[in-house]
Amino acid sequence: MSDPTTHAASGAGAADADLTRLTAVEMADRLAAGALTSVELTQAHLDRIERIDPTLNAFLLVDAEGALATAREVDAARAAGEQLPRLAGVPVAVKDIACTQGLTTTAGSRMLEDFVPPYDATVVARIRQARMPILGKTNMDEFAMGSSTEHSAFGPTRNPWDLDRIPGGSGGGSSAAVAAYLAPLAIGSDTGGSIRQPAAVTGTVGTKPTYGAVSRYGIIALASSLDQIGPCARTVADAALLHEVIAGHDPMDSTSVDAPVPDVVGAAGTTDLSGLRVGVVREISGSDQGFQPGVQARFDEALDALRDLGAEITEVSCPHFAYAMAAYYLILPSEASSNLARYDAMRYGRRVTPDGSPSAEQVMGASRDAGFGDEVKRRIILGTYALSSGYYDAYYGQAQKVRTLIARDFEAAFEQVDVLVSPTAPTTAFRIGDKTEDPMAMYLNDIATIPANLAGVPGMSVPSGTADEDGLPAGLQILAPAMQDQRLYAVGAALEARLRERQGGYVIEQAPEIEVRA
Amino acid sequence: MSNLSREDVAHVAMLARIQLEDAELDRLAAQLDQIVDWVGQVGEVASADVPPMSHPMPLANVTRPDEVRDSLTVEQALANAPQAQDDRFAVPRILDEE
Repeated sequence: MSDPTTHAASGAGAADADLTRLTAVEMADRLAAGALTSVELTQAHLDRIERIDPTLNAFLLVDAEGALATAREVDAARAAGEQLPRLAGVPVAVKDIACTQGLTTTAGSRMLEDFVPPYDATVVARIRQARMPILGKTNMDEFAMGSSTEHSAFGPTRNPWDLDRIPGGSGGGSSAAVAAYLAPLAIGSDTGGSIRQPAAVTGTVGTKPTYGAVSRYGIIALASSLDQIGPCARTVADAALLHEVIAGHDPMDSTSVDAPVPDVVGAAGTTDLSGLRVGVVREISGSDQGFQPGVQARFDEALDALRDLGAEITEVSCPHFAYAMAAYYLILPSEASSNLARYDAMRYGRRVTPDGSPSAEQVMGASRDAGFGDEVKRRIILGTYALSSGYYDAYYGQAQKVRTLIARDFEAAFEQVDVLVSPTAPTTAFRIGDKTEDPMAMYLNDIATIPANLAGVPGMSVPSGTADEDGLPAGLQILAPAMQDQRLYAVGAALEARLRERQGGYVIEQAPEIEVRA
Repeated sequence: MSNLSREDVAHVAMLARIQLEDAELDRLAAQLDQIVDWVGQVGEVASADVPPMSHPMPLANVTRPDEVRDSLTVEQALANAPQAQDDRFAVPRILDEE
């Protein structure tokens, strides 16, 4: 399906040497065929990171030594005729929310600026088992709270399509790294859209698997009933390969689903959607709901493409989605206020000691004030308030009921259709600084992605094209019932292939070359 | 629903062990007041007979056999400690000064 020469041709003069433009599938094939070594491939990415990343700030840490050590091992094993996993030797970037043994893991926070985990998250262990070189740790909004990566304590990440714009969030480092060819694959985490919205605004692919499908062990917790780990990639088939590596039951995570992983890799080969019933969710699309005209236009065209592929399109209503945002901004802060209580400056993390002979309580107060940024403080305080005596029923309790109603909306919709679709985000990437003073405006970015987290169903964003008014990429979101993740890949792959045919390439290939800033 | 006052925010921040500075308190209180007003709309929709949902999966207790396994060494466990002493975490005083 993929022809490497077409990609190389889209680059500039040095195109023949540009291994970073290959898809992960092509990289894996060339490695397996002995046409490429992992050291060459990994070094090509490290070189590009060194040249481009000072401009983008997608990485908080680059582990050249570790990545090359893995690459050398893979090359030696292959030379010795060892049977290797499919993605062995293909490099990957990891969001800084996943603990990596011996590699500083900050979650984008000053609180964890010097935290070096003594163990690997299960996703990281699986990546190591798959023998994928880990290039480094990617930037993110502090503790994954945000939609722009501007809340990172270590500076914002820039969007490769337009350096003055945001790459989405919270996983803007992973999406920007993949979009800018700094890594073919990356790990993200999605609590309210932090994989899907960054994918949409950078012209890349991102999947939030079914809740519990990927282990959360060793993932720095934001909201435990919403958090889910998933793959970021440039193509649907690439995302499927990484999904397969990281998904599966883990006894170390009691919320991990003990069931076979759906055949996402097989589904990513789908080219025909005959008989598939696709529902358009009325409440999360349309110019009247605040979706940017160019985003909506690409969405409408994608629906035509789905029809051409044999799908049956109907409109469905999920009336309680209108309350999803409000419920989410009670449930998330409530869980976060509890999860982040662990940062007490006693056993690890930043400690600030006020003058005099302060008590532990005073040290905690000063450390948490200094260690957390504004958005984290807002959400901890909001959550503490929502859970406090006298307000619990009106806020957290009511939000939990709304959550039930949203799950019921999904159940009713999936009785009529096989998948649901919407634009992933209401707008293309906004300008850095545009929404930092207005938390509410920032929250509204996640209007289409949040319902899936509340209900625990899987979702994916695939590029739908670029908006006419600004030339920036837009995404289409696909949602499926729990443990039917393969449906996302079937629809995503078929749509991607159709759009590629029409536009003469992947959407990401329309991204301009990045001008390195001094 | 009554709005969130500056005093309320200071109190809740204290409960959450965040010692806000005055300027921060002014800024956050105004924003939180607006946010609380907005999230309050959850009260408009769900009736008493709707059961609350705390989690996407119906989970019973998940247990495993209680077996001895490898764990972190003392050095590993203390490696990130702001302060350690005699193989233990060293913390500020937890009782009032006499």
